[in-house]
Amino acid sequence: MNSTYRRILVALAALCLMFGLAACGDDDDSDSGGSGNASATDDGDSKAITSDPANASKGTIAVGSKNFTEQFILGEIYAQTLEAEGYKVRRRLNLGSEQVAYKALKSGSIDMYPEYTGTALTSFFKVKTADVPKDADEAYEQAKAEYAKNNITALERTPFQNTYIIASTKATAEKAGNPKTVSELMAKNPNLSISGFPECRQRSDCLLGLRSVYGFKGKFVSSDGKFSDLDGGQSQLTLAFSTDPQLALTDKYTAYEDDKNFFPPYNITLGIRNSTVTKLGDETIDTLEAVQEGMTEEAMRELNRRVELEKQEPRVVAAAYLKEEGFTQ
Amino acid sequence: MTGPALAFLGDFGEAIEFIFKERESVSGGVQIGGLPEMLGFTATHMYVSIVALVIAAALAIPLALWLGHLGRGDFVATATSNVGRAVPSLALLAFFISFVGLGYTNVIFVLVLLAIPPLITNTYVGVRQVDRDTVDAARGQGMTGIEIVRKIELPLALPAIFGGLRTSAVNVVATATIAPLANVQTLGEPIITPQTYGFVGQLGASILVAVITLLVDFIFARLQRAVTPAGLKLASPARRRRFPFPTRRSPKSA
Amino acid sequence: MIGLPIAQGLQIQKPGGADDCVASNGFCPEWIVDNIDRYWTPLLEHVYLTVAPVAIGFAFSLALAIVAHRRRWLTGPIIGITGIFFAIPSVAAFFLLQPITGLGYTTAMVALVSYTLLIIFRNITDGLRNVPAETRDAALGQGMTERQVLYRVELPMAVPEIMAGLRIATSTTVGLAALAVFAGAGGLGSEILVDKRFKSNVVVAGGLAVLLAAAFDLMILGVQRLMTPWRRARA
Repeated sequence: MNSTYRRILVALAALCLMFGLAACGDDDDSDSGGSGNASATDDGDSKAITSDPANASKGTIAVGSKNFTEQFILGEIYAQTLEAEGYKVRRRLNLGSEQVAYKALKSGSIDMYPEYTGTALTSFFKVKTADVPKDADEAYEQAKAEYAKNNITALERTPFQNTYIIASTKATAEKAGNPKTVSELMAKNPNLSISGFPECRQRSDCLLGLRSVYGFKGKFVSSDGKFSDLDGGQSQLTLAFSTDPQLALTDKYTAYEDDKNFFPPYNITLGIRNSTVTKLGDETIDTLEAVQEGMTEEAMRELNRRVELEKQEPRVVAAAYLKEEGFTQ
Repeated sequence: MTGPALAFLGDFGEAIEFIFKERESVSGGVQIGGLPEMLGFTATHMYVSIVALVIAAALAIPLALWLGHLGRGDFVATATSNVGRAVPSLALLAFFISFVGLGYTNVIFVLVLLAIPPLITNTYVGVRQVDRDTVDAARGQGMTGIEIVRKIELPLALPAIFGGLRTSAVNVVATATIAPLANVQTLGEPIITPQTYGFVGQLGASILVAVITLLVDFIFARLQRAVTPAGLKLASPARRRRFPFPTRRSPKSA
Repeated sequence: MIGLPIAQGLQIQKPGGADDCVASNGFCPEWIVDNIDRYWTPLLEHVYLTVAPVAIGFAFSLALAIVAHRRRWLTGPIIGITGIFFAIPSVAAFFLLQPITGLGYTTAMVALVSYTLLIIFRNITDGLRNVPAETRDAALGQGMTERQVLYRVELPMAVPEIMAGLRIATSTTVGLAALAVFAGAGGLGSEILVDKRFKSNVVVAGGLAVLLAAAFDLMILGVQRLMTPWRRARA
């Protein structure tokens, strides 16, 4: 056996050792939010979720989500809520873009997934970005009506919304004279480059709209790096999400106000197939809606922070949310 | 034809239509698809591929020629072929995205790295397979090392070198498909942006990628045959025995 | 069942993680050691996505090679067709198959199997052809049937070439299985894409793939040595 192979063997052995150590050593990563262990034996004041044995026989509920951090967290929260109630849940949490997710929902591959009101209206129901109601409740009601036409029930919207926010490093802001709004920023510096997720390049509710509404002339960098792009100098601006944890670091990054209200409201609403709603029953629906009430923008930013900056797993973060809010033990 | 079979044709039919005719994007409001856009992606795709292949060839072939001439590269040839095969292209690209960043330079760098191993291995093997007697005779005639390489070993190793070029070319063109992850919009762009291009777009781009890669494979195969002198059998058993390490890496890295 | 209105219970922590190794997406050995078990399932998926296609591909290739051994004229066409499968980039194939096999492991399997065919088939065929004519004649002279010669003499003597083919096929498949995420399957590639900016993640997931390839390589080499003690196995 020549020396290359010997070296590789040593590395492999080291890796096995690491696996072994990790398997023995790490025990605080236990799977909380398991099924049916949250029975409210304490007083009726508790908002803990109770497990109903009858739910287990209602068949497996498939919970889906799109493919980014916040969606994983939300999907896990809903899935774990159902599990706490005693349902058997199957997760399909990496469906991809909204088109794929919606197709899965309509076809029955999944029973539910959380969607943003603005996205639903512009992507599924062909409402032009400019025509989407700027009021969060109005947008929700419109989305709900449209979903109903497709035999899907849209649950109450969440308190938080996750809209797009244009952000830059503080240094860029200072060089631009510390503008507060996007219009001010674009007025003097229309040629700044901006990075955004790949689909943004060809979307009228994204880059194309920014160019026409705000007079944005700079280069578009197709990347989902967001703040990494800013840090690495890949772009001067980035299209961030309002629940991004990095936005709280105000000494590093600056966000600009969408003064022309270009972006529509983006509250979450859990879309559930009507047949599944019947199966779940009113109590479960109420529970699902109640779990949402802790989802403020601040809370979501914290949850996102735990996943993106502390690299915890969404499953663990969702379980912590339910526990810290008092829904599970 | 029943359900699935018709659907099958339907998807492919739509995908081919996508290549040639514009249509509205899935997310609405903008026209995508059609020949001009596809040709644009193809141009970017070929640009990064050609640049990477040329750079890799310029680096790897002279090195391997010299190592082959000296007879000292057995280990290098084996090692690069083993390592080069085992590294997933996605991992390499992601590694450079996270450590270096986005853009053409980064992508071309990754493609060059992926193209080098087959070139080194095949060139080295090609030179080693040149009949030693011929080389000795040339040496006896007073030719210098470089002259021997240029006039004897290189020409005789050409078929193997082109074999390596063929493998590398197909590797590179295949891997360029995932370049959009690093902000270089090659034919992989419709594949990673289904919200805009839809499944039809993903399929259309895949068809184009497959066709182009097959074309590249075919062209290099022809070139390889063109530089093979009549009577030289490439796959003769004697050759295989002397060089037990594999010379053909899969071109399928993407 | 829920009782009273909600109180804000979530513990909001100070956003002070920015200078942290992990928060800045760096290469953090501590984090890696703490979180290595999240790579276990993807690693197992990756093993499955490598071993199954190679095994199935081997079965097919062996069958094809045995058939082509008798009817030499079939070799050309088989190499031609498997060569086309071989040249089609895996990402493209993962999508081209979707209208037929949908999104998921089936698509990944079909594509990955098709790539192994050319390599393994060619190596088995070459191995069989390399058996010296004298050995064949001697075996026939001893009264063996053609079939017995094949299974008892030619195939065993072709083991080094067959193993070489398996080794190439396996390392190649490890690399390609990383892209199976585009077919809707899992594996180390999907783990890379989960956080492709986080250096630690990319290094571990990618590194595991490389180590996996090396491990398989060594294993097959070991099997080869066991099977052919009369021959010094070539590295």
